[in-house]
Amino acid sequence: MMESATVELGSLAIALKVRNLNFFYGSFQGLKDINLDIAHRHVTAFIGPSGCGKSTLLRTFNRMYDLYPGQRAEGEIQFQGKNLLDKKQDVNLVRAKIGMVFQKPTPFPMTIYDNIAFGVRLYENLSKSEMDARVEWALKKGALWNEVKDKLLQSGLSLSGGQQQRLRIARTIAVKPDLVLFDEPKSSLDQISTAKIEELINELKHEYTIAIVTHNMQQAARISDFTAFMYLGDLVEFGKTDELFVKPKIMKTEEYITGRFG
Amino acid sequence: MTLSLYTRRVLTNRVGIFLSMCAMAFGLAALLWILWTLLSNGFSALNWAFFTQETPAPGSEGGGLSNAIVGSLLMLGVTTFVSTPIGILAGIYLAEYGDRSRFAQITRFITDIMLSAPSIVIGLFVYALAVATLGGFSGWAGSTALSLIAIPVVVRTTENMLKLVPTALREAAFALGAPRWKVSLAVTLRAVKSGVVTGVLLAIARVTGETAPLLFTALNNQFMSMDMSQPMGNLPVVIYQFAMSPYENWQQLAWGGALLIALMVLAINIGTRILFRQTDLKQ
Repeated sequence: MMESATVELGSLAIALKVRNLNFFYGSFQGLKDINLDIAHRHVTAFIGPSGCGKSTLLRTFNRMYDLYPGQRAEGEIQFQGKNLLDKKQDVNLVRAKIGMVFQKPTPFPMTIYDNIAFGVRLYENLSKSEMDARVEWALKKGALWNEVKDKLLQSGLSLSGGQQQRLRIARTIAVKPDLVLFDEPKSSLDQISTAKIEELINELKHEYTIAIVTHNMQQAARISDFTAFMYLGDLVEFGKTDELFVKPKIMKTEEYITGRFG
Repeated sequence: MTLSLYTRRVLTNRVGIFLSMCAMAFGLAALLWILWTLLSNGFSALNWAFFTQETPAPGSEGGGLSNAIVGSLLMLGVTTFVSTPIGILAGIYLAEYGDRSRFAQITRFITDIMLSAPSIVIGLFVYALAVATLGGFSGWAGSTALSLIAIPVVVRTTENMLKLVPTALREAAFALGAPRWKVSLAVTLRAVKSGVVTGVLLAIARVTGETAPLLFTALNNQFMSMDMSQPMGNLPVVIYQFAMSPYENWQQLAWGGALLIALMVLAINIGTRILFRQTDLKQ
């Protein structure tokens, strides 16, 4: 059933290519021979029941697993002409180019301004006015500017839950990554925040390539161009979102999207 | 059936509360008793001369503890200055870098031994290392001994505090491409700074009253001296000597000194409480 995985993206440019990717947590295999292409400046969604490996897959794209001894990946992830899994690859540079928005909002213990500027300062030497402009730009992208413009020097911890959710996006966008990985929360978001974030993703896809893990199938259907359905570490089906949701090729996918399990 | 189970639970609850109240009252009573004894005996000694005059010679009237107070503050200052950076950096190493490496495990093990080592042993160690070889008691030797006691406390609290930082916060910083040192100093350490400061203050409180290590290292000095390379007056040793003496005014000064130390430690402890309450872990 792997054949369907490398669906032709037609004439679309490819931002990231995954080839024969296997992932291990110690001796447990979390991902099994994954092959998949992520289209440039489109939204690719990953769906599947808990523990299917969708977050694990996302975390291989920015080598997040590197932080934990015992976790390892084999295979190839091609990005801008390089294999990200190469031992010689500078992990910090990968992460500067491939941003990640995490499930949990985690404002850094510093001002709202510095929360945004922290990542930018790591790789760019901007003047004060350039940095001010960048912070404003990122907060606008994150649909947060109007709410915080008068309290940029307050602690990031003072923001409400929904605002913190958008802060994590603004923080990631601020460094201008080429690819943005979204690990969406299982719940905890109110509907207005969810709507705002979806609007944001719709807007961001004109300039960024987006990969999103979502626990909400309606959300995947609403915002993504391509969808990958994963189950027990396998990539079961991958294709255009319209086609996958309307007429899935594989039984398991149909069972999942019609709610028969998961 | 369910009712009897319920009454039993209520009863167990009451017995539990009663026992813990008793334990609390016992501990609190001991503390208050000590404070009361110190206050009733030492308060009258705390006058202007106590802070401005040097320790009196045997048989002479009056006098104060100015040389001991200055000596103690100097040595505590040096101890803080030395043990804070070393302790915090070692704590960062253990929590953020070492993790399960062999070197970190050994460091952790030695830190634990140092934490429970009798302070007199540390005093003797510094005596053998610095006093006997470098020719004499000194304030530096005293600070060295105190630092050896304070460092493990700072290491342990720093490591424990950093371990409380949620993984998600650490990952969020790494995901921006931040190198490990930057994540440690700018994000995780900052997230627990009040806890780390608390550790430093508690370490200072701990060594403020240490007598044994100073007996072998700083010894004592009857006269005002700010020269750290000479023997140095300090409160604990003066209290020890004066309390055992037959002179009435010496005993009075010893009570006053004991009260002063107790108040200092109390102030540090209460100060850390206030600090911790204001900027608690907000995650």
